[in-house]
Amino acid sequence: MTRPALLIGLGNPDRGDDAVGLHVVRRLAARGLPGVTVAEADGDTLTLLDRWAAAARVVLVDATEPAGQPGRIHRLDPMSGPLPRELGLGSTHGFGLAEAVELARALGRLPARMTIFAIEAAHFEHGAALSAPVAASVTAATALIVAELAEGLADA
Amino acid sequence: MATKTIRVDYLTRVEGEGALELDISGDAVSGVRLAIFEPPRFFEALLRGRAGTEAPDITARICGICPVAYQMSAVHAIEAAWDIRLDAPLRALRRLLYCGEWIESHALHVVMLHAPDFLGFPDAISMAAVHGEAVRQGLALKKAGNALLRLLGGREVHPVNVRVGGFYRVPTRDELAPLASTMEEARATAIALARWVAAFPFPDFGRDYEFVALRHPTEYPMNEGRLVSSRGLDIAVAEYEDAFAEHHVAHSTALQSGLRARGSYLVGPLARFNLNHDRLSPSVQALADELGLAPGCTNPYRSIVVRALELVQACEEAEGLIAAYAPPPAPAMAVTPRAGTPQASTGAACTEAPRGILYHRYDLDAEGSILQARIVPPTSQNQSTIEDDLRLIATRDLALPEHELRDHCEQAIRNYDPCISCSTHFLRLTVRRQ
Repeated sequence: MTRPALLIGLGNPDRGDDAVGLHVVRRLAARGLPGVTVAEADGDTLTLLDRWAAAARVVLVDATEPAGQPGRIHRLDPMSGPLPRELGLGSTHGFGLAEAVELARALGRLPARMTIFAIEAAHFEHGAALSAPVAASVTAATALIVAELAEGLADA
Repeated sequence: MATKTIRVDYLTRVEGEGALELDISGDAVSGVRLAIFEPPRFFEALLRGRAGTEAPDITARICGICPVAYQMSAVHAIEAAWDIRLDAPLRALRRLLYCGEWIESHALHVVMLHAPDFLGFPDAISMAAVHGEAVRQGLALKKAGNALLRLLGGREVHPVNVRVGGFYRVPTRDELAPLASTMEEARATAIALARWVAAFPFPDFGRDYEFVALRHPTEYPMNEGRLVSSRGLDIAVAEYEDAFAEHHVAHSTALQSGLRARGSYLVGPLARFNLNHDRLSPSVQALADELGLAPGCTNPYRSIVVRALELVQACEEAEGLIAAYAPPPAPAMAVTPRAGTPQASTGAACTEAPRGILYHRYDLDAEGSILQARIVPPTSQNQSTIEDDLRLIATRDLALPEHELRDHCEQAIRNYDPCISCSTHFLRLTVRRQ
């Protein structure tokens, strides 16, 4: 019996590279990962606290602000401390992923293990598709997540 | 004279971007400007030429916090133009949807944005380490509001299910029934939260505001009613533009609204409570009594208590509406512009967004296309009142260290739960001393 793992892709499907998290988790959902629940989140980040509180293992995929290396993949471990501010994992509406993680930490609602894969965006254009370098990073990101989750399951 | 400048790059815990500028000459505040620099988004212009039936979904995009308010004002204005009267069950569902938004928005503001001000925390995250239970309660309430929006609106943010004449789809009794216990729990949580905020230390501040809100013959105001004020205004919503005018100020991209006769006025929870205390449910009136809050309250800091009471009201009403729900015969009434009469029409509506009255007016041609749109959000209406409060507070606190002066100004702004994105993100405070 494997412990429940939750994979969540975050992003707005209609804002260019902001959708990369959704593309990654959709590809993983299509190939099927035993023991892993796949979810998408596009709106209220605060709702994440409830979703991940029930899981032992959580992997999140999100886009970060453009910083000159579109498609670059960061692997972040929020269990070891606050997320780096310069990645811009915030939100214009006040509570982004970074704030949700800190709020969960303060409330004791972080899962036992959490990993965030953050993919650097090139643009957040309305209605645009993924940029070429970000689209090219999807395959690498899925491979990293499969390896991450395999390790998580092996640990369980 | 010496000149001094204090700059706060971002006023936090408000929705939108703007700045506050204080001019100080000697020991007097010579200028206060709530400067909204967020670029105007030209929603009124881009509505021109679109079908009237598109107004609810286009205007919902103005705000991610109160999209239902935009949908409600837009849909009721178009229905007013086309003489569409909703059956009672559809009307009740619209009220239930609006309850969901009040619950979401008030829970977010009361706990996550405003409470830290009274308890001396910079934000809700640091407050959560000490007041974890209150934060959990706020999140639970927000989740309950989200559940209503998801079911009735199709999704939690920017709902898509409202249409002119009703809804695209209405829930079955079985779909709605589980939310009854959610709302019952939410009401108990809201009562606990109201008792928590009522015990906060409130600054001794108040002045003779003109409060403006909707007033309905029997209901606490939400989707309809006459426009009334604490100084005798009593008009139909269609007369709004006769009584109120918007004007440009040089320092802001948002228009400021004023009463043509008397200038600034206050909209939102405190105005609703003062003008409609007798329309609250008996249990909420009793809770207000217990918490020492009576109509006639002129202290804007106590708006947090009113928001908490309105949370209780919205949860209680939602429980009642769910219990009484019988699915309407059809999800929407038949829609024909002016019932098929080919002629131009105009419709206006005002609804009570969580932050106060939101006015929409549409002029439509015979085919039902929008010729002109007018949207006046609550924050535009409160802007000059906020500036008036700030003038008094800055004058009173001039001798305080600058960081305290700044904190006091920011807190005074948050009393109004301003939604700057609606008005046209973070606020910058500049103090010039000379």
